Amino acid sequence: MFDTLKSRIYQGNQFIKDIKNAPMREQFRGLPKLCKQNCTECKKCLSICPTGALSLEPFSIDMGKCTFCGACKNICKHGAIDFTNFYKLSSTKRENLIIKENMTPQEYEKTAIEVRKEIKRVFKKSLKLRQVSAAGCNGCEMELNACSNVNFDMGRFGIDFVASPRHADGLVITGPISENMAYALEDCYKSTPDPKIVILCGSCAISGGVFQNSDKLNREFLDKYPIDLYIPGCPVHPLTFINGVLGFISDK
Amino acid sequence: MNWIKTKNNTKINLNEIPSLDIDTLRDEIIKLNKRPVGFFGKEWGEGSTRLFVILADDENSDLYVSSCIFDADEKGYESLTQTIPSFHVFEREFYEQFGIKPLNHPWLKPLRSHKKEYKFFEMEGEEVHQVAVGPIHAGVIEPGHFRFMCNGETVYHLEIMLGYQNRGVEKLMVEYPTNQLAESICGDSVIAHNLAYSKVMECLKDVKVSKRAQLIRTMALEMERAAIHIGDLGAIAGDIAYLMGASVFGATRTLVINTMLEFSGSRFGRGLINVGGVNFDIDNEKIERATKTLTKVEKDVDRMVKTMLKNSSVMSRLEKTGTVSTEKALEIGLVGMAARACGVNLDSRFDFADECFKSLALPRKLFKGKGDVNSRFKLRYQETMESLSIAKRILDMLKNGYKEEVLNTEQNALSANSMAISIVEGWRGEVVHIALTDMNANLSRYKIKDPSFNNWYGLALAVRNNGVSDFPLCNKSFNLSYCGNDL
Repeated sequence: MFDTLKSRIYQGNQFIKDIKNAPMREQFRGLPKLCKQNCTECKKCLSICPTGALSLEPFSIDMGKCTFCGACKNICKHGAIDFTNFYKLSSTKRENLIIKENMTPQEYEKTAIEVRKEIKRVFKKSLKLRQVSAAGCNGCEMELNACSNVNFDMGRFGIDFVASPRHADGLVITGPISENMAYALEDCYKSTPDPKIVILCGSCAISGGVFQNSDKLNREFLDKYPIDLYIPGCPVHPLTFINGVLGFISDK
Repeated sequence: MNWIKTKNNTKINLNEIPSLDIDTLRDEIIKLNKRPVGFFGKEWGEGSTRLFVILADDENSDLYVSSCIFDADEKGYESLTQTIPSFHVFEREFYEQFGIKPLNHPWLKPLRSHKKEYKFFEMEGEEVHQVAVGPIHAGVIEPGHFRFMCNGETVYHLEIMLGYQNRGVEKLMVEYPTNQLAESICGDSVIAHNLAYSKVMECLKDVKVSKRAQLIRTMALEMERAAIHIGDLGAIAGDIAYLMGASVFGATRTLVINTMLEFSGSRFGRGLINVGGVNFDIDNEKIERATKTLTKVEKDVDRMVKTMLKNSSVMSRLEKTGTVSTEKALEIGLVGMAARACGVNLDSRFDFADECFKSLALPRKLFKGKGDVNSRFKLRYQETMESLSIAKRILDMLKNGYKEEVLNTEQNALSANSMAISIVEGWRGEVVHIALTDMNANLSRYKIKDPSFNNWYGLALAVRNNGVSDFPLCNKSFNLSYCGNDL
């Protein structure tokens, strides 16, 4: 027992105190930064992008499709494309995820999440989520698990993952939604009591990502039911997830 | 010549592969009696199907390749599983994909497709009952359906029905082959799958990779192994309600994956490996910081594992839980970490070592495993420490030399009419990627074998005669991939 206590003291406190302003390593690829002036329209970036997230007319990157692999940045010799380490990428509207030229982190943060009064009133203090992996590759799943570890400690904000949809206030969907998971996902949604929210987590869930051309998907669920929050990433970083959900349910 | 002998990461001409009739091939497979690593079909024109078989001779690092052609009207053959059980899952897959039936197969159930009804084994008796779990599980994990046949608390048999994650990866790989897709085959083995993909492509394109890039790749693979093993040590601790372990290992894993973030911009190493080398070089400042971090990780893991294993309540949960015997492991063809924990000496890092790994001249440490959760826990600990020390050694080599370009961008087109096989030892076990090209030098078939494909049946055997409440513990000690199996 003394060894256990010693280990505990040795470890100290590891949680990130200010999660909203937590520092991020500069290598992290977050919000894209585009500079049309530098673009020579060589179209190399278009051909290398694995998901077709880039567009030249108008010059933009769709974060809902982007895998944040950085291939476009690496191939562009003129510096037209860059990624900042800004990690608060979540948005309540799908079209906000399309980043055009000269979008700054400050501007994006202001407009991305539209806070709704009724959501704030109901879920501000406690939000219990049921995660459904609908053909997710286990990348987003591991990062969502990391949200609850001692570093990020999401539970302190009242946000938790629960075992049953009956106990949940909403669904978090990861993965491109395979044909074989379509029924289970819809069943899970119907088992969740109202009022409920739906969060799409990761490029695969938002757009199909690298699997968008697969014939084994069935994404009808997304046409049938409203989506409340889009959290881009491949996989989603825990700080992106926590800040996205916090932004959605609390004041700021 | 009934077989063509080849090596790992070597290109062979499709015309050189012998084409036998199925009865001869079947006899040859039984006579050779080696481990299957590939058993897959390909459409071969006019409704016929060509079956490729690849067997591994681990002692001599050789791969044996042969094939046979089924005409459009040939719809069955005598199954191999009756004689060699480790073929069971390969034959199920072949049947599901091409409709050619292995006759007298003992459990010819669907593997991934949900179009046919899955008939579970049934048990009858007064105390007997079934427990059905999934596809959506209690935690944040991937989907799969488990059916336990129990007598009271004791599990008699577990059936695992998968396929929920099926995304058609093999077909996508032929149509849109990219590193990013390879990384998403299985998101916890990003480096292993991407490395196998890149090596196959480099083989087919005759691309040379600089020594520095090879070293960075090897280091990334070992860091991935260490990170996942540490995370799983934490998960095992969590499943036996030793929360101290769960917290400490969780925090320690963060240090490793954040170092990976510094190297590649992603916590799991996405975007690091590319066909032709690696996308990011590592400068000396990062090397020093990483070496310091990894040294701290070594110390923390060592300390926590020792504290944990001194605790008798921990030991009582780990020992003799979820045992798979060495004979059973060999019979059903377990691979990788799960096999080593059962005392089967398989490690493709050594068995099919690439140039870079050979040059490190590492000693092969044998693990005397008993096949229980305790063995898998201790093996993970041993491998974590080994991997961290290999990673540190490579960092040291990178600091002092090998100043080269890390990415070779001059690349030829794919070779026509060829096949290449690449085996990479990911943290779970051997990741096998096989690519075939046609006359016009386009990819025509891409076959992926994740170690989970072999190992799921091992988990089913492990929980027999255990309490049903020990299932999560057994499951976590294997930590198999659903999407790696379902593709």
